[in-house]
Amino acid sequence: MGNSVIVRRLGLLAVLALCVVLLALVPYLPSYYVRVADSILIYIILAVGLNLVVGYAGLLDLGFIAFYAVGAYAYALLASGQFDIHLPFIVVLFIGAAAGAIAGVLLGFPVLKLRGDYLAIVTLSFGEIIRIAINNADELTNGPQGIAGLDRASLFGLPLTSPVHFYWLLLVLTVIVCAGVYYMERSILGKAWRALREDQDVVRGLGINTTTLKLLAFALSAAIGGAGGVIFGAFQRFVSPESFTFQESLLVVLIIIIGGVGNIVGVIAGAVVLVILPEILHFAAQYRLLIYGVVLVTVIVLRPGGLVSPRFNLGFIIRKVRTLWLSPSKT
Amino acid sequence: MFDYFLQQLIFALAIGAIYGLIALGYTMVYGVMRLINFAHGEFFMLGPYIYTFLFSGLLGLGGLAPVLDSAIAIVASFVIVGLLGVAIERFAYRPLRAYGRLAPMLSALGMSIVLQSAVRVTVGPQPVHFPAIVESTPIDALGGMVTTVQLGILAAAVLLMVGLALFVNGTRLGIWIRAASESWTTSSLLGIRVNRAVSLVFFIGPGLGAMAGIMYASYYGIMQPTMGSVIGLKAFTAAILGGIGSIPGAMLGGFLLGAIEVFGTAFLPILSFGYIGTEYRDVFAFAVLILVLLFKPAGLLGETVSEETTVAKKDY
Repeated sequence: MGNSVIVRRLGLLAVLALCVVLLALVPYLPSYYVRVADSILIYIILAVGLNLVVGYAGLLDLGFIAFYAVGAYAYALLASGQFDIHLPFIVVLFIGAAAGAIAGVLLGFPVLKLRGDYLAIVTLSFGEIIRIAINNADELTNGPQGIAGLDRASLFGLPLTSPVHFYWLLLVLTVIVCAGVYYMERSILGKAWRALREDQDVVRGLGINTTTLKLLAFALSAAIGGAGGVIFGAFQRFVSPESFTFQESLLVVLIIIIGGVGNIVGVIAGAVVLVILPEILHFAAQYRLLIYGVVLVTVIVLRPGGLVSPRFNLGFIIRKVRTLWLSPSKT
Repeated sequence: MFDYFLQQLIFALAIGAIYGLIALGYTMVYGVMRLINFAHGEFFMLGPYIYTFLFSGLLGLGGLAPVLDSAIAIVASFVIVGLLGVAIERFAYRPLRAYGRLAPMLSALGMSIVLQSAVRVTVGPQPVHFPAIVESTPIDALGGMVTTVQLGILAAAVLLMVGLALFVNGTRLGIWIRAASESWTTSSLLGIRVNRAVSLVFFIGPGLGAMAGIMYASYYGIMQPTMGSVIGLKAFTAAILGGIGSIPGAMLGGFLLGAIEVFGTAFLPILSFGYIGTEYRDVFAFAVLILVLLFKPAGLLGETVSEETTVAKKDY
């Protein structure tokens, strides 16, 4: 074993340790920073979910936030004084995910034979319809005022009240979602999706039912969106249609593109950049959005493939760690 | 009942004409670049702001009749917004051509944020009064009340649409545009300067959008920096409804969307015994869009050539 291997192993260990320490230090920061971290994690979960559809299957979904809304309102209706139903958080989490998946299938079933921009615009319309419906179904959702005073969530007897609690919950969920999606990406299903993205006709020619494949991607991503919505509801303890505008759908798509399409590491980078950027720009007051837009366009024009190179993905990192540890001679 | 119907019809035509003009910009850009230009709604918003700025400037200078000031300001705002469109294509979209379709779309999104917030920063977020171009006088037409503004919008929009149709179908430059939307590669092989056709499209589209914005602002008498977002979305819906890439389709889609909205809002509460109210106005537009696409996936006037030539095998 050469000297350089030890140095490299130490370097790798240092990087990994730094990541863990940074993640573990977040709860000790002032509440504002923890909230920002929570927000980043929620967007990572959403973007990883949407990435299944956009990045892997190559279907542009511009109404993703509708599933997020379904989840959030599931919590708002099933765990608040609205109808005096108070289900536990974990139950609603699963109900929200299921409701998201059902909504995804309901939307997907009729529209998935459409392609490209037509699919994009129909999903966009669906997102708007859901938002307008929530806005107007006063008896059910209180309309534009939203539903306030949602239950304080708790998980296995542990209270989930402060941003720090949600930070840990979200961190665990982010890891679960990322690991699950990574596993799926490498499975035969992930390969089928990628084939679908490259050439639908060939996939169909191979005797694979493309509609089922698309539906599966839609349902899974919608379930992740629904679960994200439940957490959002429990975290804010207030939901209103304003949180689920078209712009939010676009933000999630932006995260994926800015980071690097179809790449979990890229999605994480995109979420960090696009959530932190507006926070940093607070100093610019009224010029904030202007600078945000300029930075956005500049980044896209300079790095159209995303900030993170497609080669630098989760698989690459895992391989790197594994080979360096098990058989360093090969590296 | 009939006069009410007539009144609604004129209203539908006026708002439909505005949708149609914006939809033309979406559809032409899509035709040559296969790009959903999310920044297009902002050109619509810029129109009335630039017009007001120029008009009050000219009025301040004096020496001309206000009618002439107004005419110059209208033409100038078409040109200015058109040139802005050309510049945006050159710097924000052209470098991204080799990178699939998502990157330019997101760049358009960024431009939309830039344009909207630039206007907000310069003139403030609040709605501003828009100076009337034509005095709004009601006319009694067959028992229904119609205003001169509505008729003016309708006349101007139809004039612009006819002008565009003549230009695209009858001139050399128009043929360039049609050739470029038919096939990028073939037309460049045949010696057509595709980049010029693209620039031309990015001049005309935003220009028409600006005209639509001026019409919209003179109809409601106010303008605000966010006015382009929702209208832009609806006009895009209209473009899809008619069949994106098709110029007559965009016009048809615009008028159709106007009719759906106006008559839906006016008659559905009556037909559904007040159960479905006017607040679902925007839902009609989107629901009809979904329905049309389900049965006619290329839109009403979209080309129904074989699936492979119309849609790329690769979605995104």
